[in-house]
This record gives sequence, structure tokens and C-alpha cells, in this order.
Amino acid sequence: MNAPAPTPAPTPTSTPPASPFPDPVAEAKISAKDVSVFYGAKRAIDAVSIDIPKSYVTAFIGPSGCGKSTFLRSLNRMNDTIAGARVEGEILLDGEDIYRSGMDVVQLRARVGMVFQKPNPFPKSIYDNIAYGPKIHGITGSKSELDGIVESSLQRAGLWDEVKDRLSDSGTALSGGQQQRLCIARAIAVDPEVILMDEPCSALDPIATARIEELIDELRGRYAIVIVTHSMQQAARVSQRTAFFHLGKIVEYGTTSDIFTNPREERTKDYITGRYG
Amino acid sequence: MSPAILLLLAFGLGLVGWLAARSRAWAFRRSAPLGRIHSLPGFHAWYVALWIAVPALLFALVWNALSPELVTQSVLSDPAAAALPAFGFERDSMLAEAQAVALGNAPAVFNPDAQGLVEPYRAAIFRYEVIGLVATLVIALAGGIFSFLRLKPDFTARTRVERAVMGLLLVASLVAILTTLGIIVSLVFETVRFFTMVSPVDFLFGTHWAPDPMSSGAPDGKQFGAIPLFWGTIYIGAIIAMIVAIPLGLMSAIYLTQYASNTVRQVMKPLLEILAGVPTVVYGYFAALTVAPAVRDAAQAIGISSASTESALAAGLVMGVMIIPFVSSMADDSIAAVPQAMRDGSLAMGATKAETISKVLVPAALPGIVAGVMLAISRAIGETMIVVMAAGASANLTANPFQSMTTVTFQIVAMLTGEGSFDHPATLSAFALGMVLFLVTLTLNFIALRVVKRYREAYE
Repeated sequence: MNAPAPTPAPTPTSTPPASPFPDPVAEAKISAKDVSVFYGAKRAIDAVSIDIPKSYVTAFIGPSGCGKSTFLRSLNRMNDTIAGARVEGEILLDGEDIYRSGMDVVQLRARVGMVFQKPNPFPKSIYDNIAYGPKIHGITGSKSELDGIVESSLQRAGLWDEVKDRLSDSGTALSGGQQQRLCIARAIAVDPEVILMDEPCSALDPIATARIEELIDELRGRYAIVIVTHSMQQAARVSQRTAFFHLGKIVEYGTTSDIFTNPREERTKDYITGRYG
Repeated sequence: MSPAILLLLAFGLGLVGWLAARSRAWAFRRSAPLGRIHSLPGFHAWYVALWIAVPALLFALVWNALSPELVTQSVLSDPAAAALPAFGFERDSMLAEAQAVALGNAPAVFNPDAQGLVEPYRAAIFRYEVIGLVATLVIALAGGIFSFLRLKPDFTARTRVERAVMGLLLVASLVAILTTLGIIVSLVFETVRFFTMVSPVDFLFGTHWAPDPMSSGAPDGKQFGAIPLFWGTIYIGAIIAMIVAIPLGLMSAIYLTQYASNTVRQVMKPLLEILAGVPTVVYGYFAALTVAPAVRDAAQAIGISSASTESALAAGLVMGVMIIPFVSSMADDSIAAVPQAMRDGSLAMGATKAETISKVLVPAALPGIVAGVMLAISRAIGETMIVVMAAGASANLTANPFQSMTTVTFQIVAMLTGEGSFDHPATLSAFALGMVLFLVTLTLNFIALRVVKRYREAYE
């Protein structure tokens, strides 16, 4: 789709958590600067700055209500759908401010896809669920190309073998784990650059969870993936970068191994050792 | 003894029992080791009050229904009744006269022969009133004593009162069901009578409707072809009205749920609901006096000279407007019931609001919308006043919306309020028509409810 304009890697901001990663795959895809999100008068996110790398999985962890989902939803402007929500600061996608006036939300969301906490396939056939995005974005008009997109998306989401004989069945008839993979396939179908996942496994059993985690690992490198999770084990398993949120701020951000084995902040240490949250 | 006094008596005794039981329960409570008894004193009070009032009231009810018959029986066994004519109208009227005088409803008998019956009547009425009163009192007291003696600190009054309340709720819900059954039975009865005179085949498939309530002799089945009525009903209620109501209702639901600001919604929703509350006779005026002439003028202006003042189109248009709130409120509910996750999913794919509505929300809400439309149709085809005032009386079998047409409901009104005697097939045809209408609307409602149910299962 849209080739990202080659932009110089944003200079790291002065806030302590954002550290420049020397390695090229870690070049920032999204970089947030002093982002605050308000629900009415309530400040849910307080001046957060973070660089999200291009080819890694970044996990947001933190106790309930810490603002990690809110921040995630501000990355593709899903907060716009909530009455009274307001975002301040700058969020740059490939150097472009996504909150600038004139930014097309439709284009943005095609580039930054999202998978939700509860699997939410549309009450349509499996095929139509996948074809929905390509159709609305006019990616292709031909049936055979669409068939190809559906197949490759399902294959990349690891669902093809399970559903290839029943593409016309309703998407809601699948099991929970299959539904979630269908939602991932649906997000992949429009060929996004970033995939946001908001606790994608919280409604799934351990086996389905393991399957999704494998899938996330397979998708790494092709997309910038940001995953919000309640489970620290999950963050440790699937991510390369971890940001610890607390009370609307990022307490600490770094490589996952550093965060889990060698946290700099006392609060991070307390959280990952299970002292609160 | 009038029913009102029995009623007051039962309630009065109930109140006494209530107070007595309450104070007894309080006494339990004061003397109980921890100040605890199984049920609050109020439940003990209600338990006793119900035991006093309910059986007494039930008895009074039965007694009221039964005693006139008992009174008559006892009068007939009186020697004075021997003089009555053996059977028939005269005998009944004499009895009724004597009864009216005895009850004080009439100053004196008209027929002097009835005079001898007045005294026996008076005596019998008095006797049975006393019996009824005493029996009511005895039953109330028995209930009161029985229940009062059962009160103990650990008596489960609460569960029992709750069970009684449940029984009351059950009875309340049975009333509606029993009424429906009663309607069906009475309809079936008269319909069967009609079909013994006119063949169902003539009725259901005949295309000529011209019953003559004044005719005598064997009915002519050829006059009772109801197809033009069915057609008129469907054409006005299910076709023209729905062409108006479905798009407008659906669009207003979409606007209200998806686009309207809170303020607009708060103003417009009640306004739409007021539309649903306008008496249909008022719509009737509007259809007959405003819309129908306008439709005719418009039709004549475009060169349709056959347009009549009473047209199917006018009635259908107004009926469609009347139905809008039904469609829109059902559509509104079912669109609002589509999980937010579905909307978010579509928006997160980069779909616009309009794409989300047309490709995800409306399809997901479709079962609910279809159910709403079916309920609206069943409402529209049962609608009477608008068609009576605006659609006309002539049973035309035509697809021309500018002609006058008649409907099942209109003909029911016309046949029942006509000059014919009650057992004339023309009058009875109203019941057959009513039966058809009832079955059709019942089926539509049934399907609609099934659809709604299946739809609910998909999300919960």
C-alpha cells in the first residue's frame, strides 16, 4: 500500500524511558510525544512519550486502569468514537502527525489495524469477514484477486487449513480462538503496517492463547505489533520491547529482557514480581 | 347485601387481622432470645390478612354469581309460583318484574299476576343475603383463626407471603392469556356457524363481495368472495403503508442511533413516540380530509381521471406514517443492541460510519428490523379507522392505487353495524373475516417473536 516516506529516525525525547535502539529493525514506526488523553475532565494518559519500533512486538503492561488500552486506542484514533475523549500531544506515524487536521482516519486505520479483547467477527461468512476490509478500501475489484487475499490472509493467520472448506459459514460459528484468529486475518487482509492488539487472548483458553501467541511471533518482522496484555508471562513470551504503564504514565520502557530481569525502577520491579496490580 | 359491603367487610376483617398479627409478631420479637424471628412482623401481618381476605372474597365472588339462581329456584318452589305460565317469554318477564320490585329497582309490577311473587322474592333475597353474609364472616374468621394460631417465632411467614404474591402475579398474567383464548373460542363458534351457511371455498377464493344483509332465504355463496377484501387489506396495509413506513422508519432509526446528537435524540425520540400515541381516528380525519383530496388532485393533475376521493393510496400513505414509529422504534432497539465491539471492529478496519452502518450494523440488526416490520404489518392490516374514513366501501379488485378499495376491517365494521339480524350470514361473515385477520396477525406476530428470539441468542 502506501510506501512509508523515508523519514529520519525521530530523535529520542528527553523523557527517560524512550531510549534509542541502535539496531535498524528497531527504527521507530510510531513515535508519541507528550501525549495526554482525556475523558471529559479526567486525564487518563499523562504526557506519555514513546517510540514504537518498526519490526518488533511491543507489549504494554500494567495494572488495570493504568491507561494502556486507552493509549493503544489513541494510536489509530479509535478514541474518536468515544464521546468526550480528547487527545493532546503528537503521535507520529512515519513522521506524520495522525491527529493533525486533514488526517484521513479511514486511511490511518487501514495502515494501523486493530484486534480487540473479545473476538468480534461480523455476523457474516468467514469469506466476507476477510473480504470486508479489501472491499471497503477498494483494494481490489476482481473476484479472483479477492479470493487470493482471503486465502493468504487466512493462511498468515494460521486459520486456512481449519476453514478452507467452509468459507461460507458464519464467522460467529467458529470457536473463540478461531474467531480471534479470524479477526487477526481480517486485520491483515488490508495489509496494514501496524497491528494493535488489545488483550487479544483475555477471552481465550490457554490452548487458543498459545496458538495466538505463536501467530504473533510469526507475524513479527512483517508488521509493527503493539500488544496490550494483563499477563506478564505473555509479554515476556511474545514481545521484544515492553512498556510498563502505571497511573497514566509510562514508568519504564525498554527491551523485554531488561524490564523483566533488570528493571531500573522500583515500581516496575514490584509489579513484575507480583507485589501489586 | 351489596357486593361493596361484602368487599368492605372482607377488607375490614383483613385489616383487623393484619394489626393483630403484627402486634403478635412484635411480641415474639421482643421475647425472642436475640430479638430475631424468622420473618419480619410485616410478613406475619400479611399472612394473616391474606388468609382472612382472600378466601372470604373468593366466596363472596362465587356467592354473588350463584345467589340469583338460588333465589329464583326458591321463588319457583313457592306456592305463588304455581300460577305462573309454564314456559316462555311471559313467565320470564313476570319473574323479572317481581324481582325488580323486590330489589327496589321498579316502583310496582306492571302485570298484576306478578304481584304475588314479590313477597317470596323479597324473602328469598333476604334469606340468601343473610346466608351469604354469615358464610363470608365465618370463612373470614376461620381463615383468621387458623392462620393466627400458626404464628410462631420461627414461622415461615415470609416464604408463604412471597408464594402468595407469586400466585397473584401468575393470575394476572393468566388473565391476558385466558382473554385471548376466550376471543378465539367465540370467533371459532360464530365462524363455524357462518361456514355452515356459506362454503369456505366460496369465501376464501371468491372474487365477488356483495353480501346483502336484507336478503332472505338460502345465502348465495357467490356474494361472499372475500378475495377483494384480502387484496385491499394487503395492498393498503402491507404494500402501500410499508413502502412509506419501512424506509422512513429505518432511516429515522439510523439517524437517531448513529448520527443524532444527544440533544436531538432526546427531543426527537419522544416526538416519534407521540406519533404512535395519536388515536387512529385522528389519522382517519387527516387521511379523509387532507390527504385523500390532495392525492386525487395530484392524480388528476397527471391525467388519471379515474382517481376517486376515497383512494387506497391516501389510506395507505397515512397508515404508513402511523406505522413509522413502530418500525423505527424496533429498528432503533435492534441497531442499538448490536454490540459496540462490532462497530469498533468495522471502524478499526477503516470503514466509514456510513459503511459501518450499511454493511455491518443493519445486516446484524436485520432480524430485529424484520421482526419490527412484521409487527408493523400486523398492526397495519388490523387498523380500522383510517380505512373506514379514507379507503372506501367498494370491494374493488384492482391494482390502481387511486381507486377506492375496502379492507377486512372495514367490512367487519360494516357487517356488524348494519341492519341485518344477528344470525344472517352477512352479519356472521364479520366473524369469519375476523377469524382470518386474527390468524394472519397471530402468525405474523409469532414469526416476528421467533425471529427476535433467535436473533437474541446470537449475541447473548
